[in-house]
Amino acid sequence: MTAAAAALATGRAAPMPTFLAPWPRTAWAALVAAHASVPAHVTDTNDAALASLMAASQAGDARAYQQLLRAILPIAAISIRRQGVPPDRVDDVVQEVLLTIHRARATYDPSRPFLPWLRAIAHRRAIDALRTHLRTAAREIFDEDAYLNHPGATQDADDALARADAAHRLRQAVTTLPPGQRQAVELLGLNEHSLEEAAGTTGRTKGALKVNLHRALAALRNRLGEGGDA
Amino acid sequence: MPDDVALQTLIADLSSQLRPVRALPPPWRRAALWCGAVLLVASVFALFADLNALMHRLMSTPDMWLSFLGALFTAILAASAAFITSVPGRSSLWALLPLPPLALWLSAGTAGCLRMEPAPGTVPEAPMHPMACIYFIVMVSVPLSILLMWQITRACPLRPALTASLAGLASAGAAAVILALVHPFDATYTDLLAHLVAVVLVVVGVRIAGERALRK
Repeated sequence: MTAAAAALATGRAAPMPTFLAPWPRTAWAALVAAHASVPAHVTDTNDAALASLMAASQAGDARAYQQLLRAILPIAAISIRRQGVPPDRVDDVVQEVLLTIHRARATYDPSRPFLPWLRAIAHRRAIDALRTHLRTAAREIFDEDAYLNHPGATQDADDALARADAAHRLRQAVTTLPPGQRQAVELLGLNEHSLEEAAGTTGRTKGALKVNLHRALAALRNRLGEGGDA
Repeated sequence: MPDDVALQTLIADLSSQLRPVRALPPPWRRAALWCGAVLLVASVFALFADLNALMHRLMSTPDMWLSFLGALFTAILAASAAFITSVPGRSSLWALLPLPPLALWLSAGTAGCLRMEPAPGTVPEAPMHPMACIYFIVMVSVPLSILLMWQITRACPLRPALTASLAGLASAGAAAVILALVHPFDATYTDLLAHLVAVVLVVVGVRIAGERALRK
């Protein structure tokens, strides 16, 4: 385990070896990132190790970047919670923070501390989330009683009674029809038989059945009214 | 600890998309680049300006000189503040940086209106002069603010409205400096008010348009 990896694990800053001092910072960071492990707990004191990982990430080291993003998850979550973001929203805001870090990674100056840069992003994304939450809460109203008491289209008691009443009146009107017309309505209208089936059942011709049906419908319209349910 | 599958998947995705990036130059260097572009535009206008008369006018009336310096430093410091606030982790108090020169600009302009002696080498204002000033400042500010906002989009402003407002103030200040090159008129209340209206228009316009651009 390298010095920076040990620093991440123990929470202490990684000193850059003096023999590497003339080298570019990214070379050291890449070396560190290649051997660093994901820290169990991250504190402010390992800012330098995180800064090294970020510098390596700017140089295109995907492994260092992955380790960095994993390492900053708890730091971002704590910053977000401190802003008052509800616990069930923290993960969403952490995702926003990760996306912002990815977009803003060129703005990090390797000569400056890493954690203030990270916390500024987490702080701002938390505030954005709270504003969005407040705007949504102002627009939407949760009225549990109104929701539970709202009648559904299929559960309207008045409508069900009206339909039952109309069906009863229709059945009564059908019973008053002459036998031929009543038979045509029952077979073709109510039981939805085809003309062939009805002709076979009654022994009447298709034409006679049609005539009886039309006469029956006309009689029902007269009795129940044009706007009725018949 | 947020270590669920979604976060780990996102981290894996972002890592796989990683490309090397060059760290942005310091804000002051980016501001200097923009000021260089403003200088280029100003030098084009200077070709059509009577620079001797301008220098005589400024040197003989301290309020005009101070007003000119106020506008100049408002532009420089507002641009610097815009670049600084576009970097995460920098204090938003940097936005106060252009306020002292802005106060100097306005107070020196007001002092010019109170001056009894007319400034040498000035001519009477035309009837539609204030409108022409507003039009000039707004029109010159448009390309300057577009350039500034384009430079800022390379960073990641966490307060887009604040950064865009500073960019608007910088552009309006620079446009006012350029206007002074071709503005052989003495200070008047209507002229000062026209400049103020133009600055407000530019700041509000750049704030609205810039905030949308920076949030994308």
